[in-house]
Amino acid sequence: MIKSIEELKQIRDKYKDVLQNREAEENKIRILVGMATCGIAAGARDTINAIVDEVHKENINNAVVVQTGCMGFCYAEPTVEVRFPGKSPVLYGKVDAERGREIVRRHVKNGEVISEWVLKG
Amino acid sequence: MPLRMELLVCGGTGCQASNSSRVLEVLREGIQEANLQEEVRVLMTGCFGFCEKGPIVKVMPDNIFYVEVDEESARKIVREHVIKGRIVEEKIYKEPETEERLPEQSSIPFYKKQIRIALRNCGKIDPENINEYIASDGYMALARVLTEMTPEEVIDAVKRSGLRGRGGGGFPTGLKWEATRKSKSDVKYIICNADEGDPGAFMDRSILEGDPHSVLEGMAIAGYAIGAQFGYIYVRAEYPLAIHRLRIAISQAREMGLLGKNILGTNFSFDVEIKIGAGAFICGEETALINSIEGGRGEPTVKPPYPAQVGLWKKPTNINNVETFANVPPIILNGAEWFSSIGTEKSKGTKVFALAGKVNNVGLVEVPMGITLREIIYDLGGGIKGGKKFKAVQTGGPSGGCIPAEHLDTPIDYDTLNALGSMMGSGGMIVMDEDDCMVNIAKFYLEFSCDESCGRCTACRVGNKRMLEILNKITEGKGEMEDLEMLKELAETVKDSSLCGLGQTSPNPVLSTMKFFYDEYLAHVKDKSCPAGVCTELLKYYIIPEKCVGCTACAKVCPVNVIHGEPRKVHVIDREGCIKCGECYRTCRFGAITRK
Amino acid sequence: MAKYDVDEVKLRQLEEYIDSIEQKEGALIGVLYKAQEIFGYLPKDVQLFIARKLGIFAAKVYGVATFYSYFTMEPRGKHVINVCMGTACFVKGADKILEEIKKELDIKDGNMSKDGLFTVDTLRCVGACGLAPVVMVDGKVYGRVKVEEVKGILDEYRE
Repeated sequence: MIKSIEELKQIRDKYKDVLQNREAEENKIRILVGMATCGIAAGARDTINAIVDEVHKENINNAVVVQTGCMGFCYAEPTVEVRFPGKSPVLYGKVDAERGREIVRRHVKNGEVISEWVLKG
Repeated sequence: MPLRMELLVCGGTGCQASNSSRVLEVLREGIQEANLQEEVRVLMTGCFGFCEKGPIVKVMPDNIFYVEVDEESARKIVREHVIKGRIVEEKIYKEPETEERLPEQSSIPFYKKQIRIALRNCGKIDPENINEYIASDGYMALARVLTEMTPEEVIDAVKRSGLRGRGGGGFPTGLKWEATRKSKSDVKYIICNADEGDPGAFMDRSILEGDPHSVLEGMAIAGYAIGAQFGYIYVRAEYPLAIHRLRIAISQAREMGLLGKNILGTNFSFDVEIKIGAGAFICGEETALINSIEGGRGEPTVKPPYPAQVGLWKKPTNINNVETFANVPPIILNGAEWFSSIGTEKSKGTKVFALAGKVNNVGLVEVPMGITLREIIYDLGGGIKGGKKFKAVQTGGPSGGCIPAEHLDTPIDYDTLNALGSMMGSGGMIVMDEDDCMVNIAKFYLEFSCDESCGRCTACRVGNKRMLEILNKITEGKGEMEDLEMLKELAETVKDSSLCGLGQTSPNPVLSTMKFFYDEYLAHVKDKSCPAGVCTELLKYYIIPEKCVGCTACAKVCPVNVIHGEPRKVHVIDREGCIKCGECYRTCRFGAITRK
Repeated sequence: MAKYDVDEVKLRQLEEYIDSIEQKEGALIGVLYKAQEIFGYLPKDVQLFIARKLGIFAAKVYGVATFYSYFTMEPRGKHVINVCMGTACFVKGADKILEEIKKELDIKDGNMSKDGLFTVDTLRCVGACGLAPVVMVDGKVYGRVKVEEVKGILDEYRE
């Protein structure tokens, strides 16, 4: 039973991020995780789940996490690419769950490129 | 664990008929097998509108839009896209002209010019889960109305928005609410007209299936504005899925306390009940609908008094249709000025059209008022099927008319369509090509009106029947010039003297085709020929000697043995005994038989 | 209680339903729905029974039953085939499909096959215009039906 407008708002906010995934806005930050066979073998699934979790925890609502195919950096899997709208993409290599979380906190949230993990193709 | 991916499967009637429920199962099984059920979710949503290309599966947040998904491609989507992040190219929408594959919904021309207000949640949320509706600001408009606005302010907002009834005539919604508010009575009713009977119109069904709560919320807001505590939804029995989803929505809303007593802790109470129709088109007329809810024959009564004064059980009653109610919550949340900034001078907002007939992309589109017919048919609809020539577009169902090519660039709203002898109606839009005979089309709609006339007043009951007899005469090649005059006179009489909307508008298909396609009528009457090759009695079958190889196939299938000729020699049809059944025409593999 | 020339058990079932309705005013259409669900159609005696139970004229019951196309006074076949005759289906040849079904079932008069297995009917727009022409058998929707496919669809329901 919802007894007040505040309670209604609470439910709305609780389920808001369920719908977050379904907003296809072009001006969002995209975080792409390479999920080809080699990526998965190297632990990309843990990485993507950690990133999704971190985005959620940090209340970041201008970013979407998308999986993608092989990016061709098999030696550096799992790979993660961060794309800010209108900026050139930044590609990170050997991103495990912990690095994934840090990329979300430092790069996605605060705009700081973590240069020591950046892959130079 | 938060979800990282969702697969939205269309659960509208169209896609379900193309087996989308099975696709959903296969996707779920595949995800279970890959042990991804904690991270990836499959859910059924309402209609995406792109019924032509169903079943539709949309992958979010990747924003990839798959069309015509079957069991096998569903497995492939799991294997390739969900697990490995590789897009399944062959199931992405392919633009017919450029052959370019367009993975994102927003880039597909069918969606480009759409503005989705009434359909805002269709294809985006799970209609059977009230939390998802709430998460997309659902019931916030009701909350605002109950806590911040007086009923008069609500009515004023709806008036200023310029919203007009989406079910037929286009009466200003705010004025209707105001009239019902001003009627003094202890009990008043809200009715949602979901008796969508126009053949070829299915927008109300899609809204009920895809976003039932938006209608309930709209009704509750109307209830608050006019001072009603109870509402009925009158829905067609032909829409079982819509009824099912509505039932779920009502019970969830009651459980949450968004319907029932003291909503959101205020002293406003409102509840809703479903009434199922029993198959009578006339019940879409508001007075007939009221008689039907009262358990009687759904016959219209004379207005005035209007339902706003004397309605259901003789109490003041406000009736709006599904799409109208669905527009109300966004108007409250975003403001009347936002809504009235969309559309034309006298028709504000958007209109949902059900695009069907001989057009490439059959489906549901929501477009701003003032868009042209050409934009809808060619840009959104992808043009005419099979590269044929456009002949006419029929709007407004049996109450509307046929609009020819020279008016394709008219910006459409309530008033321009009326001026063309058609009407907005509920929003059916049937595209016709060179193979459609306009006399036959007029006959089709008139047959519908004859069948559905309730018989109460003579003009409609007898007048339409006489008109139909004349049209039958014409399509059978027995028409004379006087018949055309009589037809027109009858049509105008029925229009002027019928009691309700059905009778008053039933001659429109005849009048509009006579106005724009008079030459086709003349061809039937004077030359005894049907230019489109539809009216069987007028057809003559010929064998084209240059194409006939003498295979004897036609002679074998002819039920009356009037095709003669030796094997490997050109055959001839003896038209004397030909019954025009068309078997030879369908059988010939060499295109050697033609009909005129 | 007057004698009715219909199945006793079914009549009892209908009676229980009517007794369970609190608000009898305006309940007629709902009662007819239930009666048709129980009996498959609305025989004369069932209509009389309903009239007496609800305390209204039999003429009113008959008037309502004949007004709405959903109600039927004829027994119906085991499977009900509905051909959509909405505009979209019509322009895509629904009439030819109907013709073929009747031909296949050898129905000349009326709309029930002689073996009582099928009833053929038309209805107005089921709203699946993207799949025109549409045929529904017992509520299952078949889309983009071609004349050649009719036999195969009917065979699914022939034991």
